[in-house]
Amino acid sequence: MPTKIEKDAVSGRDTTGHEWDGIKELDTPLPKWWLYTFYACIGIAFVIFFLYPSIPYGPGYWHGVMGYSQRKMVDAEVAKLTAIRKVSLDKIGSLSFEQIKADPQLLEVAMTDGRITFAENCQPCHGAGGGGHIGYPALAAGSWLWGGTLDDIQQTVTHGIRSGDDDARNSAMPHFGADGLLKPAEIQQVADFVWSTFYGHKTEGQDVSAGAKIFAENCIACHGENGEGNRVVGAPRLNSHIHLYGDARETIVAQVTLPRQGVMPNWNHRLDPATIKAVTLYVHALGGGE
Amino acid sequence: MSRISKVESRLRTEQDAVQHHLYADRLRIYPKSVRGPVRRIKWAILIACLTIYYVLPWVRWHRGPNQPTQAVLLDLSTQRFYFFGLELWPQDIWLLAGILIMAAVSLFLVTSLIGRVWCGYTCPQTVWTDLFMWIEREIEGDRNERMTRDAAPLNSDTIWKKFLKHSIWLTIAFWTGGAWIMYFVDAPSVTVDFWTGDAATPVYVFTGLFTLTTYGLAGWAREQVCTYMCPWPRFQAAMLDDQSFTVTYQAWRGEPRARGKRVEGGPAAGDCVDCNLCVTVCPTGIDIRDGIQLECINCGLCMDACNHVMERTGQPKGLIAWDTLARQAAKQAGKVEPIRFFRPRTMIYLSALTIAVTGLTTALLTRSTLGLSVLRDRAPLFVPLADGSLRNGYTFKIVNKSQTNGAYDLSISGLPDAKMAIAEGDPTPSSTLRVSGSSDEVETFRLLVTARPAALTDGSMPVDFILRDTTSGAQTVYHSVFMGPPGYAGGAR
Repeated sequence: MPTKIEKDAVSGRDTTGHEWDGIKELDTPLPKWWLYTFYACIGIAFVIFFLYPSIPYGPGYWHGVMGYSQRKMVDAEVAKLTAIRKVSLDKIGSLSFEQIKADPQLLEVAMTDGRITFAENCQPCHGAGGGGHIGYPALAAGSWLWGGTLDDIQQTVTHGIRSGDDDARNSAMPHFGADGLLKPAEIQQVADFVWSTFYGHKTEGQDVSAGAKIFAENCIACHGENGEGNRVVGAPRLNSHIHLYGDARETIVAQVTLPRQGVMPNWNHRLDPATIKAVTLYVHALGGGE
Repeated sequence: MSRISKVESRLRTEQDAVQHHLYADRLRIYPKSVRGPVRRIKWAILIACLTIYYVLPWVRWHRGPNQPTQAVLLDLSTQRFYFFGLELWPQDIWLLAGILIMAAVSLFLVTSLIGRVWCGYTCPQTVWTDLFMWIEREIEGDRNERMTRDAAPLNSDTIWKKFLKHSIWLTIAFWTGGAWIMYFVDAPSVTVDFWTGDAATPVYVFTGLFTLTTYGLAGWAREQVCTYMCPWPRFQAAMLDDQSFTVTYQAWRGEPRARGKRVEGGPAAGDCVDCNLCVTVCPTGIDIRDGIQLECINCGLCMDACNHVMERTGQPKGLIAWDTLARQAAKQAGKVEPIRFFRPRTMIYLSALTIAVTGLTTALLTRSTLGLSVLRDRAPLFVPLADGSLRNGYTFKIVNKSQTNGAYDLSISGLPDAKMAIAEGDPTPSSTLRVSGSSDEVETFRLLVTARPAALTDGSMPVDFILRDTTSGAQTVYHSVFMGPPGYAGGAR
């Protein structure tokens, strides 16, 4: 509180009564134009109150006479952008992959669209950037179950895997253990063979010939003589460093006994063909495309 | 009435005004015209500044095909900033910080040496106000005529002259606002577009805005800007000391001021004849004889006015002079004080300025037209491949700020036997890649680097991407890392 209003000896003016470390402030009047500017600002504020949504009352609020609504503006913006996107989406839908790739601008739109679509739909299982998880293939690695060309990927995304779609990719590994096709001891033997021969965990002096025989009799039809797999039936490649269900010997035993059969939804009822093409291009470019 | 009691009565009137009014009326200032060397310097600086401002956008500069031909152009739409031969990108915006630091320190240095010459001579507010005052004087007459006119009732002559004055003010203001726009868009084409209605809305909005600010600030607000709006007068005093040159009234010589002829044996009288000319010519309406004040912009017009009077009364010139407080004190005591430009304060400003100038010049001269930015994929951190090797992904941005298309050799060091391939490009991995960068563009691609796990001695291996310009041989290196799981046995087989 200003308490000591005194007369300044030099200027003859009053002080405001405020004092900071011995420095006193002269009570200098503001210029009038400053005051009028201040009043004008208050006046303008009322004009804005009148024009734009402002005062809340009861359940509603004053909407203003300009019909200003940010929600409507967003809707209009979204509609405008959707119309712009539709042009390129239509183009993506009608052109072949080669034609899209030949048009850098269109490709950029497709890749951006694909990236967003992937993040919204595919990422929960396949991981950001297609890094994959246990049970969900790493798309970036290029170790494809059903093929990694653009057409292969488009087919898989559209119809899914064991999804119930008429054109879905379908295959089933026999339940060797659960259905009694192989005895537990035999399963251990074939696991030993796969573990040492294909997974690369050779033990000195270990005899895996029994397992090799079982493998030749039961497995090579799908997984191939050298464990190279078969994309026609979605049989995973075994002679690899990356495995769908993990890199442990127990996973081989578990898979032979009662196989896990991964399911991927068919996206044709969720995404339009052009968006599927866009996400196909994106997945192909993650690093594993063929 | 004695001089003292006169002052006292003036103070009392002021006090009454203060006590009875919370807000002060603006005192109208009618600066009188003045001639002299200071006024001539002021005109010269005014003409130079305004010429640069209005003409610079029209200066052309050849840059090559499809490049803007304007010497100084801040093209916000394409985010390119052209200053004659220099082209800056938004990435170079830190240079602007350097320029601002330089400008600030220069202002400090100049102020500590010769006072507020920025305020008095080169500040746009001063320059345009000076110009507008000249127009006012040419149309409405000098101080006395204007005062009489404003005090008299309106007549047709006054209305016509005021109309003419404001029209010319607005024309100049419009020209000023338009010239401002020309620094941001091509001057010849925007001039045509403006009148054909084809210019963009912001062009009209900003031209209008700057027209109004020029008209309002230089025509109406004038010294109020310096006194109430500008922060610089409030803190410039921190740069001054008693060795700084300022416009000073030599009170020891002038006081006691007295009118009339000096006669032998008459009452004690200083050199000041109290003609009040220094007050009437002042564009901010102050009395320099009260000492250094916030409102004083140091323009020195009072020096010209006073020197005329000193000449006529046969006294030495320089009663109001460009001098330092220390020298004034010394002169009063009959001593001689040398001019001291070199003092700790100025030395500090000078070194800061030297550092800023050197830094900025070095940065400009060594500024590379080739930029490389590498962003490592974070998800996934790495991808183990079926054959046991590891792969990392990187997003590359090659910035070619030059006017020619570039071809570059990209190689990697720090990771033995690393192979590179551009995603969706040639899938054959190789240890060096040839990439291109179109002129004035940013080339973006994703690079896949594959390495054998045996090459990894750590989960995070430092690697260098080296981009070599095939024509100039200039190299740009980007430090990054290659990641993998520590102890990954993928390469055992």
